[in-house]
Amino acid sequence: MDKTLMLSLYRDMIRIRRFEEEAARSYSRGKIGGFLHLYNGQEAVAVGAMSAVEPTDYIVATYRDHGHYLARVGDMNAAMAELFGKVDGCAKGRGGSMHYFDVAKRFMGGHAIVGGHVPIAAGIAFASKYRGEPDVTLCFFGEGTANMGAFHEGLSLAALWKLPVIFICENNLYSMGTPLYRTLSVEDVAVRAKGYPMAQEIVNGDDVLEVREVIRHAAKRARTESLPILIEAKTYRFRGHSMSDPAKYRTKEEVKEWMERDPIRLLAERIYALGIANEEQLKAVDEAAKQEVAGAVKFADESPSPDTATLFDDIYYEPDHHEQDEKVVPLEKRRQQASV
Amino acid sequence: MRELTYREALREAMAEEMERDERVFLMGEEVGHYNGAYKVSEGLLDRFGERRVVDTPIAETGFAGVGIGAAMVGLRPIIEFMTWNFSLCAYDQLVNNAAKLRYMSGGQITLPIVFRGPGGAAHQLAAQHSQAVESLYAYVPGLKVIAPSTPADAKGLLKTAIRDENPVIFIEGEVLYGHKGQIQDEEYQIPLGRGEVKRAGQDVTIVAWSKMVHAALDAATELAKEGIELEVIDPRTLRPLDDRLIFDSVKKTNRCIIVEEGWPFAGLGAEIAYRIMKEGFDYLDAPVVRVTGEDVPMPYAKNLEHEVFPSVEKIVRAVRDVLYS
Ligand SMILES: Cc1ncc(C[n+]2csc(CCOP(=O)(O)OP(=O)(O)O)c2C)c(N)n1
Ligand SMILES: [Mg+2]
Repeated sequence: MDKTLMLSLYRDMIRIRRFEEEAARSYSRGKIGGFLHLYNGQEAVAVGAMSAVEPTDYIVATYRDHGHYLARVGDMNAAMAELFGKVDGCAKGRGGSMHYFDVAKRFMGGHAIVGGHVPIAAGIAFASKYRGEPDVTLCFFGEGTANMGAFHEGLSLAALWKLPVIFICENNLYSMGTPLYRTLSVEDVAVRAKGYPMAQEIVNGDDVLEVREVIRHAAKRARTESLPILIEAKTYRFRGHSMSDPAKYRTKEEVKEWMERDPIRLLAERIYALGIANEEQLKAVDEAAKQEVAGAVKFADESPSPDTATLFDDIYYEPDHHEQDEKVVPLEKRRQQASV
Repeated sequence: MRELTYREALREAMAEEMERDERVFLMGEEVGHYNGAYKVSEGLLDRFGERRVVDTPIAETGFAGVGIGAAMVGLRPIIEFMTWNFSLCAYDQLVNNAAKLRYMSGGQITLPIVFRGPGGAAHQLAAQHSQAVESLYAYVPGLKVIAPSTPADAKGLLKTAIRDENPVIFIEGEVLYGHKGQIQDEEYQIPLGRGEVKRAGQDVTIVAWSKMVHAALDAATELAKEGIELEVIDPRTLRPLDDRLIFDSVKKTNRCIIVEEGWPFAGLGAEIAYRIMKEGFDYLDAPVVRVTGEDVPMPYAKNLEHEVFPSVEKIVRAVRDVLYS
């Protein structure tokens, strides 16, 4: 076992957990508005997947995107500032929790219309193939998404055109308040792959190493043979669908049972068993993550709100407006110009 | 009279109509076991059972289409969109099927179906979740569009919509669900295509619907302190539109402002302004002015979002403009 790898996986996962815990706190304090969907419990999927691909491979995520962003881009300051609606956020405060972006790092967005991003991911893979580039696209979504037309159309085209895209279904058993047996006509989303057809795989989404292995193979295949795959990671979200959902539709026993399979704890136990690190050492990693989160809150607090004069920027590409920044046109003027 | 919230009023309308007519059923995401994403359908599953309160997967094109199919052969579906933002996934069903089946079939098909759910922006939900879609639907011949501002209107209009023989787009104000209002005890309906004067005044006519009515009323309260009396007209139904009520008011005030949450370009207010200009040109003492949402996708940051909304402040400013004061 690769010691550095194991520790870095642990670090990435605990960073997400601590970030999400702070996001929940800051939300309760009114520093964050809108919808907030937390990733607690699913960390092994994003972290395992990102660790298995190249930094140049593309990532497309949903509104539940903090974990994916942190696992790929890693910038906690930009992530927290975005939640606080500040100008130093990863989308300049324009997107908020559901719309993280870092195109330079090929993090192609969090998307909030269920299923809408699935064909987009196929399109990014189409472009890679078109240009003869080796990059693979990873597309994340929940099991509830597998009922959307856009999902089926995206997968159908990816299979037809043999696009290098990895569809990763994070099956956390619920779409909002609805258990999957009530909305899915199949038990495993993975079987849907058969009809397009494309390869399929089911993995234990609590096991970061297993996720990593499966994605590694899929990425290799996508890169060398240009073939899509549908991977279903069985997982569980520890919290409600969003901060406004008390999740009363789940039994305490069920939640407890899944919490016992906490992906972070599973990895820690493996690290101990292999003698890679002891409890104290992991505690230090955790402590560092907490410190980093505290720093991110400070950073986000201190970052300014976006200048209202920028309200109409970036609706369209305008070749020179960024160069014009020094002569900022006041909002009232922009308003008059923008609409009559 | 009883006091009900907008949410309860809608629920009562559905329950009464489901009680009355076995062909009426409710279908949508989380409407049953979860009791509604916004709790509008709370208790309806217990009362009417799974046959008539149908939870769907996330599949807007699919369940909108299923509703249309069922309506083609005589059922009377109420299709709930969790929010109207997601109706855009089903826009094809609504525009190409629901709106056109009757006409294309030479009148052979009757399509009694209601599509309903919350519309407009709430708070900091960002671009994909903060949209006023009424103009997108009012544009389409074959659809009727309703956007009530009060609990009483919500109930009376929803009952009428359910009994209407045509596809009806029923857009509820997401931020209005908790609003309270008086509801009469006896059963009642409100006819489509009839607006209401929400406040009488002689100086400036304000046309507004859904939550914008409340902004207009707030502006009216503020300006009344200076002796400026606004007349607030709520068309309630956006298609068919109660032009008469608007014209009559403008003939009295000679000035008109249209307040709408949606984007300005090709928005509903432009059509209303055109109609006023065409019908009442000689009565106007100032150009018709529109106060709209800003022409921009909704930003997340609170301070930016605040700039986008058609606020009381912007309405007051527009009033001063048309009064040249
Ligand atoms: C087209 C569309 N319909 C409805 C919604 C509201 N909504 C947001 S998330 C969600 C549940 C998604 O469940 P799933 O795909 O399993 O992802 P999870 O939230 O479990 O990660 C719903 C219904 C939406 N955003 N888009
Ligand atoms: Mg899910």
